[in-house]
Amino acid sequence: MTRVLELDRITKRFGATLANDAISLHLERGEIVALLGENGAGKTTLMSILFGHYTADAGSVRVHGRTLPPGKSRAAIKAGVGMVHQHFALAANMTVLENVMTGTEPLWRLRSDRAAARRRLTQLADRFGLPVDPDARIAELSVGECQRVEILKALYNDASVLILDEPTAVLTTQQAEQLFSTLRDMAAKGLSIIFISHKLNEVMSASDRVVVLRGGRIVAERATRDTSKEELAELMVGHKVERPQRPPARPGAVLLEADDLHLSGRGGAALNGVSFRLRAGETLGIIGVSGNGQTTLAGIVSGLYPPDRGALRVRGDSLPRHDVPHAIAAGIGRIPEDRHAEGVLGDMETWENVILERLWSPDFAKHGIIRRGAARAVTERLLAEYDVRGARVTSRVRLLSGGNMQKLILGRVLEAGPSILLAAQPSRGLDEGAIAGVHRRLIDARDRGAAVLLISEDLDEVIALSDRIRAIAGGRLSPAIPAGRANAQLLGLMMAGDWETARQIEQETEATDAL
Amino acid sequence: MRFERRETHSAALNILAPMIAILAALVIAGMLIAIAGANVLDAYALILKGAFGSRLGVTETLTRATPLVLTGLAAAVAFRAKLWNIGGEGQFYLGALAVTAFGLVPGLAGAPAPVAIFACLVVGALAGAVLLLVPVTLKLRFGVDEVVTTLLLNFIVILFVSLMIEGALRDPLAFGWPQSVPVPDAAVLPQLVERSRLHAGLLIALGLAVAVWWVQSRTVFGIQSRATGLNARAAAFAGVPLGRTLALVACLSGGLAGLAGAIEVMGVKGYVTTDLSPNYGYSGIVIAMLANLNPIGVIGAALFSAVMFVGADSMSRALGIPSYIADVTVALSLLTMLVALFLTQYRVRR
Repeated sequence: MTRVLELDRITKRFGATLANDAISLHLERGEIVALLGENGAGKTTLMSILFGHYTADAGSVRVHGRTLPPGKSRAAIKAGVGMVHQHFALAANMTVLENVMTGTEPLWRLRSDRAAARRRLTQLADRFGLPVDPDARIAELSVGECQRVEILKALYNDASVLILDEPTAVLTTQQAEQLFSTLRDMAAKGLSIIFISHKLNEVMSASDRVVVLRGGRIVAERATRDTSKEELAELMVGHKVERPQRPPARPGAVLLEADDLHLSGRGGAALNGVSFRLRAGETLGIIGVSGNGQTTLAGIVSGLYPPDRGALRVRGDSLPRHDVPHAIAAGIGRIPEDRHAEGVLGDMETWENVILERLWSPDFAKHGIIRRGAARAVTERLLAEYDVRGARVTSRVRLLSGGNMQKLILGRVLEAGPSILLAAQPSRGLDEGAIAGVHRRLIDARDRGAAVLLISEDLDEVIALSDRIRAIAGGRLSPAIPAGRANAQLLGLMMAGDWETARQIEQETEATDAL
Repeated sequence: MRFERRETHSAALNILAPMIAILAALVIAGMLIAIAGANVLDAYALILKGAFGSRLGVTETLTRATPLVLTGLAAAVAFRAKLWNIGGEGQFYLGALAVTAFGLVPGLAGAPAPVAIFACLVVGALAGAVLLLVPVTLKLRFGVDEVVTTLLLNFIVILFVSLMIEGALRDPLAFGWPQSVPVPDAAVLPQLVERSRLHAGLLIALGLAVAVWWVQSRTVFGIQSRATGLNARAAAFAGVPLGRTLALVACLSGGLAGLAGAIEVMGVKGYVTTDLSPNYGYSGIVIAMLANLNPIGVIGAALFSAVMFVGADSMSRALGIPSYIADVTVALSLLTMLVALFLTQYRVRR
């Protein structure tokens, strides 16, 4: 075996946190290594150092035996390291070929040799089984195809080491399986691959070796055939985390009803006729790969914008005006998809963040003047009750960790006693402990009689929390299946738009309900 | 060398930053003074003496600071909401012109002074507000960049002013000089100090600085306008009506700049000419930045600026250094302030 890559005692500190603590890692030719760890374990930092986005405080990177100069991505690319980022770095208005060629030719060359580039791209695509149309614009491609382009871009730069950062985050189960079979082919042809993941299933099925990171250190290294999911889970988390159990639902009256919602041009992917009913005391999980309209649906339910066509009814009535204050006043509590961009204003104080979405309420403002005393008292109580650590009433929210920020948002929303709770990607980016806390709050809210609409990409989360599950694909909702009948395979099919089985299950359960 | 975001900002750092920035600007300007062949410390001593060394100096400095406080506030409230109002100069002139035009309304000359003054102030503020509402409407409706429109409107307004003072609003008793009809006596602001130009506008400006601070920190509109500026997406998610908030911010900002013009013409000049403002509108932008957009800080920044301008005039008479050094120093202080602000947010790491 030949060693293609070696990281030697990489250390990186951000302020008080030690993101990477003397991490040593190596990669052999033709090997697939999974870098497993929770969010914040230091995986992405490590790969960013390898690729030259960050400079390490200590330690060195060697590729094919040669030490890379720190902080120079170009040197890493030249040495044959290719990186496929979680968020694609492609220009949407350019073609596949143009994207792949970008940066490969000298700037002052007068003519770019597109014919040669096209030949080379087609050859690579054939050789590694990554079919793409070189002349398609990126904007027209699906996420799976975009990922293929990213991989081809790396290969075009003669990458012999390929790094993939959470490659399946945006893929359906089936697309992910296909990706891994491609990766295995590529490894068989001599490429070496590191992929970052926190999903145990894919680590078990796709890697030769697993390196587990926790709190910035390597806690274990296993040959994949010698380990198990259970062992890896415990290694990754450090201890057993019990996610809360869900007692059976006692559905009540219909609180929220969507009737043939259509919307395009706002909020993201279009909605093409979404209908569902949500009852008090139940959780409806909507699973889907991002970009299928869930952001748009969440925006409508949040009151950000009205649908083009169709109606959203709360307790049988449409909102008097479809805007945020009326949505909140109607009893809709909203946990946004993106905490930092939508949930809080990092540079405002905690108490201001708590009352911002209820400024219209006489509880917090009178004649346009803020009732600071009341606002601060509520914030004080909320920080204690929801155990928001690291926050003071007048400190700025920016400094909070993701988990504590989410606790603050949950507190702000639940404090108002919503009868309908919209939770969009409520545990995205959180660690296991914080996830368990968020899940407990959502289950509590359901048990106290709230109707919970859970929009998530996380299969485990949707299965654990929902009473009924629908998938969203191409702006439409699949038939609903009871959570008891859900498994990864079926949900994967539903997310991919294959609803045959789901329809049968829905009919069966409706039949038994009728009995 | 790399920059890393600071985890915490100390309050002391926020207060120290402008001080250090001004000091740095003075040091750099000092080099220029030295190159011009004068003793730097003498020059600065003369500037201070010119600004504070006499009764006339103090009153002139405060007179000069009055419009700067108002245009500084105008820029500060707009920038807080990320509304880039570069049109303070135009709003200033239109406010001033509106007052003289309003003075022609029959009956105003005979009205009691408080009524006439109040009415004129309102008219000046309205003129500025309406002028800024035009580009803001274009921004909200069609996404037109307000930096371009507000800036270009300045030139349009100044040409309009010159059209009016050579035409419809020309003072027939001015021996052919292009100047507007005078403000009626009833609407002239009372003097604060005998035998000086210092007028009651200073009190209005100071009162408004406090009022703006109060509005920004204590009212629903204030919190909403700050939220809009900090993160419009999060503000929209929280139900802040972005369009209405920006329109209100425009009224406030344009109103303050228009008021600056009205007060200048009612307190100092008495009539409008095209050299009524030595770039008060643009200076307001510098002052707002120097104050880190804090309304109370605007008072200090306006004073600094006024001291430089008034002091540099007398310094240049004594030492023969061009009084442009005041412009240079104030401009430099904007640059150093931007660096200082950056360093309060980031630390330098190697």
